[in-house]
Amino acid sequence: MSPRIVYCHCAYADILPAEVKREVLRRLSAAGVAFEAVPDLCEMSARKDPALQRIADAGPVRIAACFPRAVQWLFHAAGSPLPEEGVEVLNQREQSAEAIVERLLSHEAPAALPAGAELEAAPKPISGENGAAAAQEAQK
Amino acid sequence: MIAQPSSPLRIVLYEGPGAGTLADERRFETVAALLEAGYSLTRPAAGGSVSPADAAPLLVIAELDGAPLPAIDGGAAASLEIRDISGLSPDQIVDQATEIRRSADLPEPGQWKPWFPVIDYKRCTNCMQCLTFCLFDVYGVDEGQQIQVQNQDNCKTNCPACSRVCPEVAIVFPKYKKGPINGAVVRQEDVESESMKVDISALLGGDIYAALRSRQDTARKRFSTERDESRALLERKRCLKKLKADLDIPDEVLMSLPSAGDIEERARRAREKMEKRMQRSRTVQDRRPAPTEEEWGI
Repeated sequence: MSPRIVYCHCAYADILPAEVKREVLRRLSAAGVAFEAVPDLCEMSARKDPALQRIADAGPVRIAACFPRAVQWLFHAAGSPLPEEGVEVLNQREQSAEAIVERLLSHEAPAALPAGAELEAAPKPISGENGAAAAQEAQK
Repeated sequence: MIAQPSSPLRIVLYEGPGAGTLADERRFETVAALLEAGYSLTRPAAGGSVSPADAAPLLVIAELDGAPLPAIDGGAAASLEIRDISGLSPDQIVDQATEIRRSADLPEPGQWKPWFPVIDYKRCTNCMQCLTFCLFDVYGVDEGQQIQVQNQDNCKTNCPACSRVCPEVAIVFPKYKKGPINGAVVRQEDVESESMKVDISALLGGDIYAALRSRQDTARKRFSTERDESRALLERKRCLKKLKADLDIPDEVLMSLPSAGDIEERARRAREKMEKRMQRSRTVQDRRPAPTEEEWGI
């Protein structure tokens, strides 16, 4: 079975090129495929919308939204972290509608999240001792 | 604080047995109208999969053709409504959804532009600069003393200031116009960039520490505590002017200056930090006279 498809409309800001998101949605609507469309992942994250959990938990998925790093941490902030495998985020801020739709409709397994280039620097562990001290200092 | 889990209405566009298939353009216009109105929509199709039903109330919309519908399993959904949208315009379909949402007392979408930071924990070092800097208590710490965003709706729309002070470029505003603050790839030059690495002490008032040191160590003790607090206010105003000019900080934020009490408290904390720093190192002496309002450019 193909990966699920989730489309974010970014309804509450004008950051996605209007023609890109319109074209992605138009082609998706005409493709005869199953998909889920959400108005705005940011708003859902702020509300800790349980829908994010069902999106994260139900297996391989391709998400047409914005930058993968942003999407990854939006889900995390809502307490519904995306799995590292089986999730591919397509970027409507930078990719063309054609490229996005082609990937959305692909039967290939999604690429891992995040793409390597998205996190150029090595992950940095939280410094427990120093972090706690800094927190106490900052909260004084 | 927004962080109240809620289950908004989930709309399902059904086109199976018992219902007609929408023309492509009508399907697109219907979906687009519902999204613009803030509703989530699921379109199932043979051979594909969608997320399973959960507790979210379901509204199934379809162009019913008179044939019996198969049993629709709402799973754990709090409620299940089926509406015939035959002949309805996209706006009328939105109206139906809104009517059902209101009657079920479900959350109203779109009441707030979702502008807030999220933390990239693969980059964050828990340095707490964001928590210290933010004027609006957006940040807090969890039980493990790890930084987290706790009050998203306190964040000032279009203000990315806290991301500017993050030394690791770990704060993402997904709706910001430019990278890497918007979540774009972080490159080494971003981390090194002066525009990203704003010295927090400068933002909080330039050489406030040096000025306070000088008060303590020299005859400049003539300045009273009140004088220092007014200095802190002047420094903060100067700092905010710099923010507006250099860092894309909106007027709304500048209009939300903290109260005099807040500034006094921050000055007190700065003084305490300075005194601790003094205990560690007494190598630097600043003997410059205190700046005037004119020198601050206020």
